[in-house]
Amino acid sequence: MLNAALPWLLAGFLIVLGAGAVRRISLWRAGRPAPVDLIAGLMAMPRRYLVDLHHVVDRDKAMSNTHVATAGGFVASMALILLVHGFGVDNVWLARALLLTTVVMFAGAVLVFRRRLNPPSRLSKGPWMRLPKSLLVFAATFFIVTLPAAGILPDGFGSGILAFVLLAGIVAGLGEMLLGMGWAGPMKHAFAGALHLAFHRRPERFGGGRSTGLKLLDLDTAGDKTLGVAKPADFTWNQLLGFDACVQCGRCEAMCPAFAAGQPLNPKKLIQDMVVGLAGGTDANYAGSPYPGKEVGKAKGSAIEVITEGLVSQETLWACTTCRACVEECPMMIEHVDAIVDMRRFLTLEKGTTPGKGSETLQNLIATDNPHGNDPASRTYWAADQNLPVMADVKEADVLFWVSDGAFDMRSQRILRAFVKIMKTAKVNFAVLGDEERDCGDLARRLGDDATFQSLARRNIEVLKKYRFKRIVTTDPHAFHVLKNEYPDLGGSYEVLHHTRFINELVEQGRLQLNARTGGTVTYHDPCYLGRYNGEYDAPRAVLNAMGIQLAEMERSGFRSRCCGGGGGAPITDIPGERRIADMRMDDIRATGAEVVAVGCQQCTAMLEGVVEPRPEVQDIAEMVAAQLVDVAEPATAREVA
Amino acid sequence: MSLDKSLKVRVLVSVGQHPKSGRERRADQDSRALELALGMPGFSVGLLHAGSESPALREYLGMGVKAIDVLKQPSSADVVPALVQALRNDSPDLVLCGTRAETGEASGMTPYRVANALGWPLVPAVVSISRGSDGTYEVLQALPRGQRRLLKVRTPFVATVDPAAAEARQSAFGPAQRGQLQAVAVASVADPAANDLEFSPARKRPKRIAAARKATTAAERFKAATVKSASKGGQVLVKETAAEKASAILNLLVAEGVIAVDSPS
Ligand code: SF4
Ligand code: SF4
Repeated sequence: MLNAALPWLLAGFLIVLGAGAVRRISLWRAGRPAPVDLIAGLMAMPRRYLVDLHHVVDRDKAMSNTHVATAGGFVASMALILLVHGFGVDNVWLARALLLTTVVMFAGAVLVFRRRLNPPSRLSKGPWMRLPKSLLVFAATFFIVTLPAAGILPDGFGSGILAFVLLAGIVAGLGEMLLGMGWAGPMKHAFAGALHLAFHRRPERFGGGRSTGLKLLDLDTAGDKTLGVAKPADFTWNQLLGFDACVQCGRCEAMCPAFAAGQPLNPKKLIQDMVVGLAGGTDANYAGSPYPGKEVGKAKGSAIEVITEGLVSQETLWACTTCRACVEECPMMIEHVDAIVDMRRFLTLEKGTTPGKGSETLQNLIATDNPHGNDPASRTYWAADQNLPVMADVKEADVLFWVSDGAFDMRSQRILRAFVKIMKTAKVNFAVLGDEERDCGDLARRLGDDATFQSLARRNIEVLKKYRFKRIVTTDPHAFHVLKNEYPDLGGSYEVLHHTRFINELVEQGRLQLNARTGGTVTYHDPCYLGRYNGEYDAPRAVLNAMGIQLAEMERSGFRSRCCGGGGGAPITDIPGERRIADMRMDDIRATGAEVVAVGCQQCTAMLEGVVEPRPEVQDIAEMVAAQLVDVAEPATAREVA
Repeated sequence: MSLDKSLKVRVLVSVGQHPKSGRERRADQDSRALELALGMPGFSVGLLHAGSESPALREYLGMGVKAIDVLKQPSSADVVPALVQALRNDSPDLVLCGTRAETGEASGMTPYRVANALGWPLVPAVVSISRGSDGTYEVLQALPRGQRRLLKVRTPFVATVDPAAAEARQSAFGPAQRGQLQAVAVASVADPAANDLEFSPARKRPKRIAAARKATTAAERFKAATVKSASKGGQVLVKETAAEKASAILNLLVAEGVIAVDSPS
């Protein structure tokens, strides 16, 4: 009886799955068009799944093995089920293979089940608690159902009451796995996830690449085209697809500094709210951690309703420091920061509701090319005693030193001076732009004002065109990122180096000799825009090493470094929370017992030095190096560290 | 409410100049005037600019206004006749503007001359306007040192907005680009003085500080230098004749050394 019913059951479930999939695809297609190579994407998908995604998942070894067993077991089982039970291929070995795959899947499901016994707070509950049971039922049922075909039990097995039990198991198992996939059950992640990998908006991220620069906004306001994302349908279709791939694992939530600080942001909830938005409805079924301080169940929206009018509050969007910790951690490679900035663009460019000092800062950037409204003709005052070559005079240099807005800040000026001293000691042929330099546009861009970003960037590119130089070096990771990764879209491609890499080169070439540094323990804070945005983890450590420093690394360092709280315009929008991100980072630093924390960013320096004393001292690597310089006139024997 | 619908406020806006960079921008006080107007329920807000068609005017549009009427005037023109003509055609209930411009003569005379030509009263240094009963308006005026004075004024009138009024809202790029700079044709009248003017950057005016006569401690000297003493002396002349009032003012000006002493009293 069962054998007769199975093919029809399978066919029925597959048809409903198909209908669900078609509906889901139509939801994504409500988004704006995006340039995606569909064929190439689909071809690359298996590799992206098996290699790139696996790399991320594999950071949690136990979960990675669990997923390989469960997912691998399921995919193989499903294929064999179609052959054995769907098309009735009568082959004992096929059936035995199916037995094996269901066993593997069952083993994986047991692990999922065990993890779900006492789930960490970052995991969503709700339907996700049901999933391991469904997996177990699916695997067990098909194991039993396949026994006769594998010649292990007689053909007549499975009639009477047992048949009904098995039938119930089949319906439950197929229901979760196939219906759930098309109709927004937890298994949706398999369907949406696979397509998301194929049609990812940043294909450069696969195969070990990196793509972190924000995408250029088309500033054309003709007609009633809105700038930025007002409604879910304003996202590109593959962004919507990406949201749907979320497995609610909460790894992003666990890494988010704003969430930890009790600010009203949770990247996982944000992605889920986007899913609510694209499908229409409320967040009543959301079963994970809320935005801190905000009740779940009140949000509602649809693809054509303005997101900030009921779905997500504006402060949630402004709490983000754009640190990219969530993106780095997400096993589905979802792009949270892009989405947040897209929505900010609407708020700033269309509504004019940048909070805090946003309005004032943007006005200053427009009127004076720097965020504090300083006289643009006073950009070189910091270097009055430095006798720096200016490009307008020399026209040509090996290194163009991008000074950044640190020029206006007394604390940052100490870093700039230290770096100048280093370059002079190494006899680097360098020059600065002087008053011709403008803010790089990073701040305006993260605040959603792509118009001001583009205006600043275009004018900077015009100035850079006038001079000849081999590379740009800067002490500011934000300028570094923008010049390196975001100017090319506007026609400015340069070789850009962070000062730590440049100093490391000078040391390696023997152009700089450094004394061993004595004194207390040192730890190093990876700036987000240097590390996660640009993968520069080694050069700063190498420079510190060259001074004989053994780093006491923080638990969260390297790609898992926690933000200082200074990025993305967060100090300007200043969304209140329960704690300050900088205080939490200082606690990370204290936990290493370090007396000095080395940094490579003036923004991090400002944020960390803003933590009340007593606390470890904050020093930029340039300052530390400048203090250990061996005067080249001295004999080389003075050099203590090889 | 149907009565409210017909109420019109006109905000006169000029092209400002950033004090540090000298770049054109929305003028601070004028944008505060617009902010005040946008916060008045029941009024339809219109913007009027006389002068050049600078892109900086778009910053006012970015505050959420659909259009600015631009009365194109050469830089040598006196903008007052043009403004007055446009206001006469338009007959608003209320005209708002900043206290003084950030460029040009910046004498702060424009609102007075406009009000004079229209024959309307002028209320200076306003920080808020709300509707009273009986068709009058309650106008809150800023006085030195945070003091406020509430006036009842009947429309139509001209008001200049004090720098102490609420800060202007953010100007958003999208609406600024979509808004219209509508050219309105008016004649221009040359300003006979325009050619003789010489411009130089404004300097901070020296502040009069009370001499610390018996100051013995640093704290006292500090207090004397910073705390502005409440005005002493002075007189309120209400019932007196115009001639008496005039001579009181003249005497004060002579006493303060504003006018040379040899003028007959
Ligand atoms: S967005 Fe990514 S990291 Fe966050 S819950 Fe979803 S799948 Fe996990
Ligand atoms: S970028 Fe950083 S602050 Fe923003 S949501 Fe992601 S983890 Fe949180």
